[in-house]
Amino acid sequence: MELVFVFLIFGLLGVVLLSMNALLGPKKTNPDKEKPFECGSPYLQNEIKPFPIKFSLVAFVFLLFDIEVVFFFPWALIFKEMRGPALVIMLAYGAVLAAGFIYAWKKGAFEWD
Amino acid sequence: MTNTGFVFDVLIPVGKIVAVILYPMLMTIVMIWLERRVVALMQKRLGPNRVGFQGILQPFADAFKLFLKEDIMQDQADPLLFKVAPVLVMFSSLLAFCFVPLGEPIRIGTYQLTLWIAQSPVGLLLVLGLSSISVFGVIFGGWASNSKYPLMGALRSVVQILSYEIPIGLTVLSVVFFARSIDLVEIVNHQSQAKIWFGFMLPVSFVVFWISAIAETNRAPFDLPEAESELVAGYHTEYSGMKFAFFYIAEYAHMVLVSSLVVIMFFGGWLAPFPNVPAFAFLKVIPGFVWYLVKIMFFLYLYVWIRATLPRYRFDELIRLAWKWLIPLALLNFLVVALIRYIL
Amino acid sequence: MAILLFFLFAAFAVGSVLGMIISRNQAYSALFLVVAFASLGGLFGLLGAPFMAVVQIIIYAGAIMVLFIFVIMMIHLGEGISAEKKKWTIAAAVFMGIILLAEIVFAVKGAPAVPMAGQEMAGTSPTEIGRLLFTKYLYPFEITSILIIAALVGAVVLIKKREGE
Repeated sequence: MELVFVFLIFGLLGVVLLSMNALLGPKKTNPDKEKPFECGSPYLQNEIKPFPIKFSLVAFVFLLFDIEVVFFFPWALIFKEMRGPALVIMLAYGAVLAAGFIYAWKKGAFEWD
Repeated sequence: MTNTGFVFDVLIPVGKIVAVILYPMLMTIVMIWLERRVVALMQKRLGPNRVGFQGILQPFADAFKLFLKEDIMQDQADPLLFKVAPVLVMFSSLLAFCFVPLGEPIRIGTYQLTLWIAQSPVGLLLVLGLSSISVFGVIFGGWASNSKYPLMGALRSVVQILSYEIPIGLTVLSVVFFARSIDLVEIVNHQSQAKIWFGFMLPVSFVVFWISAIAETNRAPFDLPEAESELVAGYHTEYSGMKFAFFYIAEYAHMVLVSSLVVIMFFGGWLAPFPNVPAFAFLKVIPGFVWYLVKIMFFLYLYVWIRATLPRYRFDELIRLAWKWLIPLALLNFLVVALIRYIL
Repeated sequence: MAILLFFLFAAFAVGSVLGMIISRNQAYSALFLVVAFASLGGLFGLLGAPFMAVVQIIIYAGAIMVLFIFVIMMIHLGEGISAEKKKWTIAAAVFMGIILLAEIVFAVKGAPAVPMAGQEMAGTSPTEIGRLLFTKYLYPFEITSILIIAALVGAVVLIKKREGE
């Protein structure tokens, strides 16, 4: 219900606030202003280079754990009514994933040098 | 449409939405003042004390200044992503606030005024999910700037936010275990019935959640994405004016959001303390949202306190802390909680 | 009101998917896809399936897209594929498109009465999903853990190999 208003008002607010600078702010262009920040010295590289693949490994491991955690939630909700079986199910599931976690650990996925 | 129908269907929701927008902004203003003054006092400096009484108008002056700034976009930047990024960050954190309950419903005649915009049966996950959307604002902002400091800041920030989201998920789980609901309102109600706050039942969960929450919000000692001494200002180095303000407000809004979650999940939300002690029964007279605000201010102060106390982590230490300490600890804690829950 | 929200989310979803396909810039495509996933989450919410909505936002919009963006930034933008390869990709895309269309037709035909936005559906609350997941769909659930670990091992091996070079 109220979410319709939420989107309308947030959208309006964004437009108003962002146009504030164009309305009120000074507009003095200067070629130096348009350059990337480099502590005042001329900048060294024209475009950014691809970054180390290392970062994507953390993203990948995160994705897998995120899926795992999401599965835990419905489980936690019905844990009280299933009790024994639920515990066994999750221990089996968790053991497989723990093996994966230890593998990634031993392979040095979390080392940063 | 009758007159009262208009009031209840349109005016109150709109009023609530305006409140949801103003509340993080007001908190930002309070926090800027608090942070600058408190850190200054802790470091034996004065801090801003000129504008208004004890410098209380300083953040307003800062905000007004940002309105009047020139909007600079450097020529290598990607125009669309550069503009979208701050909106995305701001929008996602404000949207999450719609699901945060600020107090128990207030009864006015036959009408129940709820102190939240929407209640969802999966509110807790929704708030976490929506606030994780702001990662895109950070990564697009840093990348669209097409400059090295923002890019490095953005990369660090994303890896940090991702790494610490898992311990958060795992500790939240132990709360869900006991509350048997993912609904934020239900979680508070459950604590009111149990007459004990989950923070005292699950201290390990609380500590892990709080450490991860500080990292999630990119605050000291985990403020690597904005490490001034290394990266100028991290992912928002190239931003100015209102776009910078959006990133800034979103950061503080995030802190308020995370503190709200801590208060709701571990410290009874809007409940008055000492529910079992008859001598403290008079505390219940104070309305719920006042308790809520008091508790939130405590955690926001804790943020400032920690910032003034601890030195910054190194990036490899940060990753190691998340994956080799917090995640195994959270998993172990989760297992122990499950076993306790099984026996009970 | 629910119907208004439905049109809002639907317009966002369709519009952003179109934007994703038309856009030449991969980073824009990724941004559009994030919006599309988020509005799909909204649609799930309107259908009275809050848990699915949240999973859509957390997993698809929150986690998978980050990985997408990392990959896009890693391989670096601007390099199109050769004309020789392009022929093959078009053929493959047409083939996959036909299969997907057939799948959708079958799914829609086989589905029980399609619920309207704003109506409550049975069996969609988080607790209900848990009950189904851990009784009726127990084996598929346990198999996902094997799938996840296979993906993890694959990722670690590939990335360690790239690093070694």
